[in-house]
Amino acid sequence: MNDMNSDPTIHIRRSHLGRARGLGAAKSGLHHWWAQRVTAVALMPLSLYFVISVLMLSGASRAAMAGFMSEPWNAVLYLCLIAALFYHLALGLQTVIEDYVHNDAVRMGSLLVVKGVIVFCALASAVSVLKLAL
Amino acid sequence: MKDVRDALMVGRNTDGKLVNRPISPFMLGSAYKPQMSSMTSIMHRITGVALGLGTLLLTLWLVCAASGDNAFSIIQAFLASWLGLLILFGFTAALFYHFCNGIRHLAWDAGKGFELPVMHNTGRLVIAATIILTVAFWAAGLYFW
Repeated sequence: MNDMNSDPTIHIRRSHLGRARGLGAAKSGLHHWWAQRVTAVALMPLSLYFVISVLMLSGASRAAMAGFMSEPWNAVLYLCLIAALFYHLALGLQTVIEDYVHNDAVRMGSLLVVKGVIVFCALASAVSVLKLAL
Repeated sequence: MKDVRDALMVGRNTDGKLVNRPISPFMLGSAYKPQMSSMTSIMHRITGVALGLGTLLLTLWLVCAASGDNAFSIIQAFLASWLGLLILFGFTAALFYHFCNGIRHLAWDAGKGFELPVMHNTGRLVIAATIILTVAFWAAGLYFW
């Protein structure tokens, strides 16, 4: 975009409204902001539960872990944690990438890769919890 | 300037001179001294990204547990090694920081705690709570383990 060293000038003669039109509200920003807050609130109890579960499972055998996940509440809480955690992560990393990656192609590419990896990991985690639980 | 969007990146300073608008993360550049607001903010992002890398480990742990005894014994041995413990220590510290500072952000979203002295105090509280929670977690972890 801008060469920060060159003297800034505006050659394009357009009104402020003309410049802003089509570049303003993306019609989806509020949903992103709100979903980030909702998942943050959901993660407050869920992450505390996760920390306690990890303490209980530290050094556990695989049989003990399967026994833990076979309790329906634990499996459901872990599935809730996976949903909220990976959703929150996708929203947060999207914000970071959009803020710091200024090249359009690199930004689009990294957003797609990050979101793809997150969906893959979320599904792998959920299927693993279900396999242990069932 | 070729693009209409480039024109949006140009503004006027208080003298009326045309200047390029700063591009994020300008608050870490030469224009600002490090301070409680900017440092706790960038730490929230850094710990968030670090926790994202940590979720790869969480995924690996769950997949190994579901895969079989052999895979699970490998991941448990790695987590119990000094490198694994170091990663887990960083993970818990990042988690507790992001947890505490996240509550601070939610309070700001509710319009509370913007006054500078309050913001400085809550920032110090977040740092203290992170240290206390991390030490408490590892004390409990070593006790149960």
